[in-house]
Amino acid sequence: MKDQDLTLGEELRRQGISRRSFLKFCAAVASSMAIPASMVPAMAESLAQARRQSVIWMSYQECTACIESLTRSYTPTLESMLFNFISLDYQHALQAAAGRQAEEALHQAMEDNWGEYLVIVDGSIPVKDNGVYSTVDGHTNLESIKEVAEGAAAIIAIGTCASFGGVGAAQPNPTGAVGVDEIITDKPILNVPGCPPMPEVMTGVLTSFLSFGRLPDVDSKKRPLAFFGETIHDRCYRRPYYDQGKYAKSFDDEGARNGWCLYELGCKGPITHNACATLKWNQGTSWPVQSGHGCIGCSEPDFWDKDSFYKPLSAGQWGSAEGIAIAAAAGAAAGVAAAVVSRKNQDKLSGGKKS
Amino acid sequence: MTLLDFARGPAMQFAIVVFIVGISFRLVGVWALRHKPDLSEPRQTDAWKGGLKGLVQHAWPYKPFRADLVKEHIIGYVIHLGLLFVIFFYKPHVLFFQDIFGFGWPALPNGIITAIAVITIVALIIALVNRITDPVRRMLSNFDDYFSWFVTTLPFVTGLATAANIWWHYETGLAIHLLTVWLLLIYFPFGKLMHAFWFGVSRYTTGSRFARRGGIA
Repeated sequence: MKDQDLTLGEELRRQGISRRSFLKFCAAVASSMAIPASMVPAMAESLAQARRQSVIWMSYQECTACIESLTRSYTPTLESMLFNFISLDYQHALQAAAGRQAEEALHQAMEDNWGEYLVIVDGSIPVKDNGVYSTVDGHTNLESIKEVAEGAAAIIAIGTCASFGGVGAAQPNPTGAVGVDEIITDKPILNVPGCPPMPEVMTGVLTSFLSFGRLPDVDSKKRPLAFFGETIHDRCYRRPYYDQGKYAKSFDDEGARNGWCLYELGCKGPITHNACATLKWNQGTSWPVQSGHGCIGCSEPDFWDKDSFYKPLSAGQWGSAEGIAIAAAAGAAAGVAAAVVSRKNQDKLSGGKKS
Repeated sequence: MTLLDFARGPAMQFAIVVFIVGISFRLVGVWALRHKPDLSEPRQTDAWKGGLKGLVQHAWPYKPFRADLVKEHIIGYVIHLGLLFVIFFYKPHVLFFQDIFGFGWPALPNGIITAIAVITIVALIIALVNRITDPVRRMLSNFDDYFSWFVTTLPFVTGLATAANIWWHYETGLAIHLLTVWLLLIYFPFGKLMHAFWFGVSRYTTGSRFARRGGIA
């Protein structure tokens, strides 16, 4: 019997994983996604009946940090089971196959699971000059995503590049890089942005898809609400210092040592939606703000181009001092011109007799 | 480009340019007008002292009218001091100015600024109600008065909502707050809000002219 013929319940029992452990796993995922506890048994039931989900992972203009982030967190914990829940049929960095053999595996997986497989994408897709800037096996990324998306049940864009274009799309965007949803418009798409994204968000999203057969509820940027519903600022443990007006003014002053708010040092927490402040990284060890650096807003579109990471959020992008000087001079010139016209009118009304 | 990027970038640059052009146009325009010559014999030589005295003297109600005007003066002071503290001593605002001028100054704690903002909004509402309910003031008021009130009050309300994060979406709220401030800046030079610049000019002029003719400022 092929692995994919077994249900997940059968597969887990085969591996000696108890129902109690499985329920604990479901409870952990449910709580991270704000799914009510009463749903956990139904979720476990549904998940146990599911077949291993075929997943095809396409990597385009990317740096491999997304997969690095996700794989590392999976090591010994409950999350490691996730790779038993899915059948990862194609992934450049992790698969043993290479070259033509790998491409054949991709097409085989697509054929076997047509209409049912899940596509995960990391990296942006260049569209300028017909996408010639990034190719795999002689095919552009643009051709590839269209081909793979056609038989997909849903697409998950992992990382800020696949979601919004990311660093590839940063000005001046020489390759015309875009996120997946600017190319594929007729499939359910979920964005899991972050540079890199949080591993628990990925596991949560996959579990939700396997349990409920659909992608979770999303915000206006197609991000799962359970993880991206609130800002870093709202859930930040340093928030009380913001409210009290206590700010670190440099990375090594007394304020920084006392753990005060990093707003003045450019923290983008107030405009960034992500789960770092609650889930933290490296199995709950820490996260950027806890380590003393402000949030850089990596899960938001165009975060590279939103001015310096160290510029306070309330500072505007105000242009140049020359522009202001020119404006002042232009206003003054217009004022003088208006006064001259007024004086001439006065003279005209008084018949040339100066008052 | 998101609404916030628009508000922080092009909209802000446009508003600042309009503000600077407008202020410069009006100040220089009025200064360059033909000044009415004062043909009377100067009663005293140090008329400029009267001008300076006028700056201070007109900041308080004239004694015979004091009982009738004290309420308006208190409301006026609350509004103007509220504007001063909230605009210039709220930390995010200080950082905004610091980015432009290259230097900053100490800020007040956010809780105090919030309290001041609430008091200022209440004072603004009282001022509006007084204007509408008093028949004489209502007759004297035109669109400029009401619109000036509107563009002044709006940034306070949107700013409070942003600070308290009661918007459905923080960035959109912040962008709306910024856009309301830009609306204020754009309207500023062309309406009665320009009194922020005129008051000094007019008080000095009145004081010095009266002094030249032998009057007390």
